Amino acid sequence: MTDSPQVKHHGSDMFEGYPVDTADTAGDQTVTNYTINFGPQHPAAHGVLRMVMELDGEIIERVDPHVGLLHRGTEKLIEYKTYLQALPYFDRLDYCSPLGMEHSYVLAIEKLLDLEVPARAQYLRVLFAELTRICNHMLNIGSHVMDVGAMTPNLWVFELREDCLNFFERMSGARMHHAWFRPGGVHQDVPEKLLVDIGEWVETRLPRLFGDAMSLVIDNRIFKQRNVDIATVSKEDALAWGFSGPMIRGSGIAWDLRKSQPYDAYAAMDFDIPVGTRGDCYDRFMVRVEEVYQSAKIIKQCLRDMPSGPFASLDRKIVPPKRGEMKQSMESLIHHFKLYTEGFHVPAGEVYVATESPKGEFGVYLVSDGTNKPYRCKIRPTAFSHLQAMDFMCKGHMLADTTAIIGAIDVVFGECDR
Amino acid sequence: MASPAPLIAPREGLAEALAKALGKDMLAHVFAVGEDSISVRREAVAGVMVQLRDDLGYQQLMEIAGVDYPNRPERFEVVYHLLSVTKNHRLRVRVSTDEATPVPTIVPVWPNAGWLEREVFDMYGVLFAGHPDLRRILTDYGFQGFPQRKDFPLTGYTELRYSEEDKRVVYEPVRLAQDFRNFDFMSPWEGADYILPGDEKAGGTGEAPGKGAPSPMTAQEVKKADEAKAAPPPTPKTTERAAQTGAGKTADKEATKKSKDGKKAKPEAAAESKPSAKAKGTSTPKAPAKAKAPAKPRSPRKPKAGGDA
Repeated sequence: MTDSPQVKHHGSDMFEGYPVDTADTAGDQTVTNYTINFGPQHPAAHGVLRMVMELDGEIIERVDPHVGLLHRGTEKLIEYKTYLQALPYFDRLDYCSPLGMEHSYVLAIEKLLDLEVPARAQYLRVLFAELTRICNHMLNIGSHVMDVGAMTPNLWVFELREDCLNFFERMSGARMHHAWFRPGGVHQDVPEKLLVDIGEWVETRLPRLFGDAMSLVIDNRIFKQRNVDIATVSKEDALAWGFSGPMIRGSGIAWDLRKSQPYDAYAAMDFDIPVGTRGDCYDRFMVRVEEVYQSAKIIKQCLRDMPSGPFASLDRKIVPPKRGEMKQSMESLIHHFKLYTEGFHVPAGEVYVATESPKGEFGVYLVSDGTNKPYRCKIRPTAFSHLQAMDFMCKGHMLADTTAIIGAIDVVFGECDR
Repeated sequence: MASPAPLIAPREGLAEALAKALGKDMLAHVFAVGEDSISVRREAVAGVMVQLRDDLGYQQLMEIAGVDYPNRPERFEVVYHLLSVTKNHRLRVRVSTDEATPVPTIVPVWPNAGWLEREVFDMYGVLFAGHPDLRRILTDYGFQGFPQRKDFPLTGYTELRYSEEDKRVVYEPVRLAQDFRNFDFMSPWEGADYILPGDEKAGGTGEAPGKGAPSPMTAQEVKKADEAKAAPPPTPKTTERAAQTGAGKTADKEATKKSKDGKKAKPEAAAESKPSAKAKGTSTPKAPAKAKAPAKPRSPRKPKAGGDA
């Protein structure tokens, strides 16, 4: 039996005597993994995101996102500015929802100062924070839809975003970088007509235009094929990866800081938290769609209940006096001068204050040493944790799904890279 | 509560639970400005995190921040911020270290610690032992130095520009046409860290120049003083059971069926834009803001009747 060729199991001698052709036969191709760069100049990367992707054909094997191409050293700069001078840097973090960023910062300062804020200021902040949420979601929903191939809805929701920006311009004078939330309240009161116009817009134009645009998308077969069951994230994964905002709600966890840790006037607001059922890109998208309606509901309540009164604290050691007072009162003039040169001093201590920004939990870890400048201001961006999960969310999906996944994350690099 | 910052109720029995779970690994527990923070032994941090996650219900790691205190023997502090979505509570965990001593990584506990630790390494040069991929993250490719350290200048050491001759980006040492303006606002009466010209002749007080702080109270003292007349702390909204989360039911079985074109179809129920559940209203009613008598601005001075010319 030993000389029988059948019992030989392995080794090259199995084919002993037979001619072995190692060359490629016609039509065969050797497939090896290859690596491509997605971005940093890619329109669907939503900014300067560079992703080194390892692909097997069109299937993604591994993703290594490279962030930091928009790093501007915001945290370092803040350490060299007074508390008030540092405020405009927050507008420039997430430039799609600037008031959401300012909100965490002013609340952190107020928490260290233990400063009381008048009710009207709290309502104004909530009102415009929610308008910011709508504004942000318009951009994200529109670009997400466009990333997966639809053009029209994007143009329609940009109409609404334009309306929001016009409201912001009337509120603060600036369309994007408002610097309007200030420690102790807001910078200026708003004209009465603006509140009336926002109320009218929320009642009529927003639901009509937004409803129209969404009716093109949410039941669209192509849109669903591109989003349903793409990048499914379970509840456990969402918790482990530090998800927040629409990303964690899309995975079915009803966690919203406006409800569970209410700040400003949110405790008085009545609204629902939409949650997803499957944790895929479609759910995240639909959570945002529903949040727009909930924000509109909050805006209506703010407009209905907004009290009159001062729009900022009357503590003149923190909030500068009005121009008119300065003309008549020496003390006001001194306060104004001191606040705009030296600034106010914040008692020593440290706080971590997080708010529900449109993209998720935006936190500020503020360490004060009792001087007029922050000793350390660590910014917790929402996108950092979400983007980090790209690798496990993309694995096994097609290259073309990346755009849907990034769109559903809602990433803005000003905030991610700081 | 005076300030409108997010309401987080103190967690009852936390101090005992921490002491029981962590034992000697916990060095200190401080409750200040309404926030709990603990210091732990550096070597034990990974085990502590596992216990905090599994036994005390802090499911999420939200943030890792580095802080630089150059005057301390161990100059860096690594500060972890944890969040419990069931107990609705936040906890801060600190570890201190220096340039050379690595901190054990917590990537096995929370995968998102990967980038957060990379950032602390990038900004401060704190090393994390056992980190799978400790590269720089935010700074430029090939960057040198650790920019968030207090001894790193704000302007950095190099600047870059596009060179028309070389047709590429070139790096050069920083040259400032004008010095960066950094004013010293410390009043000489409250302890500036310089000596006024002539003061050295007077012999001085012999005291080391300290940091000037016109506000002599710390944030915690300010808070305590305000709380003495404030409403009682709110009761936290917590979720002990799955039914309280407000999340919807699991996806419809129909969803897993294959449709004709081979793609998985979305069940209509899930496609509805309605939220599948509403979270219950918060049980933390905001205490009515107490009207603290604000400091009245002084009424403008009236001109004298006869004119003061």
